[in-house]
Formats: sequence, C-alpha cells, structure tokens
Amino acid sequence: MLAGAQGRARQWAIRHQIKVGTYLAAKDFVRVGQAHIMADTESLGEAGVAWLEEIAALPAGERRVRIPTITDPRGTDFAAAQRLRQLPWMLSLERRAIAAFQAMGVLMTDTCVNYQTIMAPLMGEHMAYGDTGVTIYCNSVQGARSNFEGGPSALSAGLTGRTPRYGYHLDERRQPNLAIRVEHTPRELHEWGALGGLVGRICGDYWRVPLLRGIDRIPASDEMKHFGAALASYGSVALFHLAGITPEARTAQITSANPREEGRIGAGDIAGFLAGYAGGGDKVDVVVFSAPQLSLLELEELATMLDGRRAIVPLLAVTSPQVKPDADRLGLTARIEASGGMVLSGMCFYQSYAREMAEANGWQRLATNSAKLTNILGGYGYRPALLSMQGCVAAACSGRLS
Amino acid sequence: MSDRVFPATAAMGKSVRGRAMVARDGFSARYDLDRIAGRFSRPEHKLAGRSYVGMVLILDRAKGGVATAWMLREMAARGVVPLALVLNEVNPIMVQGAAFAEFTMMSGFGLDITGAVPDGAEVELDTEAQPPCLRIVADAGTAKM
Repeated sequence: MLAGAQGRARQWAIRHQIKVGTYLAAKDFVRVGQAHIMADTESLGEAGVAWLEEIAALPAGERRVRIPTITDPRGTDFAAAQRLRQLPWMLSLERRAIAAFQAMGVLMTDTCVNYQTIMAPLMGEHMAYGDTGVTIYCNSVQGARSNFEGGPSALSAGLTGRTPRYGYHLDERRQPNLAIRVEHTPRELHEWGALGGLVGRICGDYWRVPLLRGIDRIPASDEMKHFGAALASYGSVALFHLAGITPEARTAQITSANPREEGRIGAGDIAGFLAGYAGGGDKVDVVVFSAPQLSLLELEELATMLDGRRAIVPLLAVTSPQVKPDADRLGLTARIEASGGMVLSGMCFYQSYAREMAEANGWQRLATNSAKLTNILGGYGYRPALLSMQGCVAAACSGRLS
Repeated sequence: MSDRVFPATAAMGKSVRGRAMVARDGFSARYDLDRIAGRFSRPEHKLAGRSYVGMVLILDRAKGGVATAWMLREMAARGVVPLALVLNEVNPIMVQGAAFAEFTMMSGFGLDITGAVPDGAEVELDTEAQPPCLRIVADAGTAKM
C-alpha cells in the first residue's frame, strides 16, 4: 500500500495512518471490523468535499473501501431542509459528499446510534468509530475497542482495513485510572446527561478512564447513550466502566483495580449542573431532541407526552434513517407532527449548520434534554437550557422555559 | 536561555515562528470557534472574542468531538487558521486533524506550557529538532510581528 501498488487512495490512507500512529507511539496496526465516518459538510467545507471528490474520481479498484464502512449523520434532512431554512449551497455540498462516499462504496447509514440500529460490536472487536458517542458507548457498554477516529482517519481505516494500534486498542490503556463515587443514580435521560457532564468535567482528558461506583441498577441503552455522549463531549473521554455493570468492570482485572477516588457526585451536584442551564421563565425559540439521534422508544415517549397538546414553537425530534420508517409505520411520526412537531431523519442538529439555522430562523434560546447538545451549542451562538423531556414539551407548548 | 527552550515529546508539520496566544483552556474547532470570523466564540472560553488567525495557539489540551479532524484543513484552505497549535496533552482527533491538514502541532512538555510562555510572546516551533522544541525568541512587550 505504501509503495502505491494498491492505488493512490490506499497509499494516502496508509501514509496518514503512519503519521498518526507515529505521533501516538503505535507499534503496529490492528485489523478492524468496521469503519464509521463523521463527515457532515459543515465540518468538511468546500475543501473537504473537493478532497473526497478527488478520491471518488479514482478508478473503482483504487477508491473502494475494503471493510464495511458506514456514516454518521449528515448535515440535513433533504425533506425538511426548506422548513429549516437551510440554503441551497448547503444541500449542494451534501449531495456532492454523498455521491463521493457512494462512489467509494460507503454505506450511507447517517446515524450516530449504529450500535442500536445497524450492528452492535462484540466484546473485544476492534473498530474504527468516528463519532465520540458511538466510540464511548461501544467501548464501554459493549467492550469493543476503538479510539476516536475523525473522518479522514475512519475513511483511511475503511480503505486499508486497519488502524494504528494505540490507545483503547491496548489492554493497558483500558484500565481505570480514576474512580468516582456516584451517590445518586439518575432517573431521567437529561439527568444521565448531567452525570456524564459532571464526570467529564472531572476527567477532562481523553486518556482518563473513569470507574464509577454506586450506580444502583442496570441502566437502559438510552440512558447509557445520553450518559456516554455527554461524558465524551464534556470530557473528551472514550471509555468508562460502571462497577459491576459494564462488561469489563465485571472482570477480575478491573474489579481488582483500585484507582484513586477523585470525586463524589450526589443529587445536589446533578441539580446544580442542571441549574447552570436553567431557563428562568425566558421565552423559548426552539425545542430540540437530538444528539444522539432518538431511539424508537424515545420517540414513543415523546409522542405520548405530546398527545392532545400543541407546540407553539418549533419542536424538532431527530432520529436515524433506520428508526424513522418504524416511527412512520407505528404512527409515532404522525402523532408528533399532529402536535406541531417535526420528525427529522438522518441528520443531527449541531451537525446541520446550527449557526446558520439560528440566524435564518431567529433562534437563540433553545431547550433540549441532551446535555451533549447543551455543551456544543454555546459556541454556535445559542443559549441552551437543559430540561427533562417533559420540561421540553412543556416549553414547546407554552413558549416559555419553566 | 535554557529556561526559554521547551523540549516536546512529539511534533508534526513544518517549523514556524509567530506570536503566542496563551490560555489554560482547551481546544475544539467545533465547540470553541467561529470559524468564519476566525475568533473564539464560546462565551466561557478564556480567549472568547479574540482572533486566532495567524497565531501560535498555546492551550492546555484537546477536547470535544471528532470534527476538528476535518475542520483544520477546511480552515487552512480559507486562510482563516492559526499558525500552529501547542498543547500540553493531545487527543487522537487533534493528531489526525493536524496530519490531514499538514498543520504544525507540538505537545508534551513535562510542564504546563501555558504557564511557561507569556501571552503575546514571539515563539519558534522547531519540529525538525530532536527532540522537537518550542523557543521563546522575544517577550510579549518586544515581539515584532
């Protein structure tokens, strides 16, 4: 590959991987089962899309990925772009990027919850996952092995079938190196996100692996999804262990580990975190359920909360292209939209030109139950409030944050 | 002068010289920047409101998500980009992004580099040296850029 015998795309990819692996002291490569590419066009820009098109223009034998390679959410839901006031140039960039990826043999799954919808990895399976929420969930909840693989690196893994062996591919890196005592097990999704945010603030570093003690029940997949996404967002953390719950925290190796306790988190801390993103009676401009994309169960819960009510400000519920047809078939989409909401598919709010949407729609005060979204959107000019799903629905129907 | 030269554990990209913009805070292209205007936009960031274009950013650590891996190259293509990035601690995304953009980056100093370099100083990043190093060539008040 390095000599170019397998084409220019693979030659670029292996060179890129060697550069990254050298910087991070990888000794060799590890074969990976799948690659997952984050490549919304707000991130790519014209330069990134043009670069993809150069690869896509290579002969088929050179440009096609050699392992299953899937995608993170796109920057739009084409069916709703006009209502979101996204501009034609955004859609044009998206179409060009999609065409390029398809020419490379990439499957346009457009989801950040592929562990719920496409194919969950097995314990110990090496992957090249390109979304922080995907990586932390699959590493921690399923025992898979991946680092954060940004778009160019995930595409490289797709082209070469391997990735540099550093970080969370290595046994020694997966050991917990700090412990946190959790004195209150969250009940609602936004509280799980708040807990993730608090743990993330304590960790604050990709190379820290927290072991949480004190969670008093087995969490649900959506709870782990919100917790992991927030922890990765606030702390850049890619792996956590829940004592007695997550698979590696059941092994002798990790249960015998005794990292220093660096924090205790109780109900008051979670309440304080939420208070930091409180609404205080302000008018709300938009209510968003996204980041990560909603599961079928979340959509069902939302539809039930909205039944018989009417949203008077835009209410966006974002899901994956895999869940959307089921939501349609089961009547959930119709119920949400009958209450004035919009069900969007294949995008994620913050990856969809959030700044431009804010300017075009006059959105600034935003309510969400996603701690991850709350963390990201400040830099995009929003003033986000973090509420329960019920609180978000109330805000959408009253036009005010409680 | 040895206290003005700081060896690093790793570097990539070409050697550069420029003015330092320093803060003990993190870096994420998605979370922290208005990439069109070329300034820090996250209100809580210690460099909020300041332009980063052409500066040697000296910050604590990489944070946030994976988007920076694409964004550094996109920023470079438009010329609205820092000159280089210096961090106490990197994460893989920052390394991947710098490699993709052929961007100058240096990390790992054995001390807090954000406390060692004054904001506004003129610095040189020598990525070819063994080990690579950051050198302060003029103090904040005397730097001519």
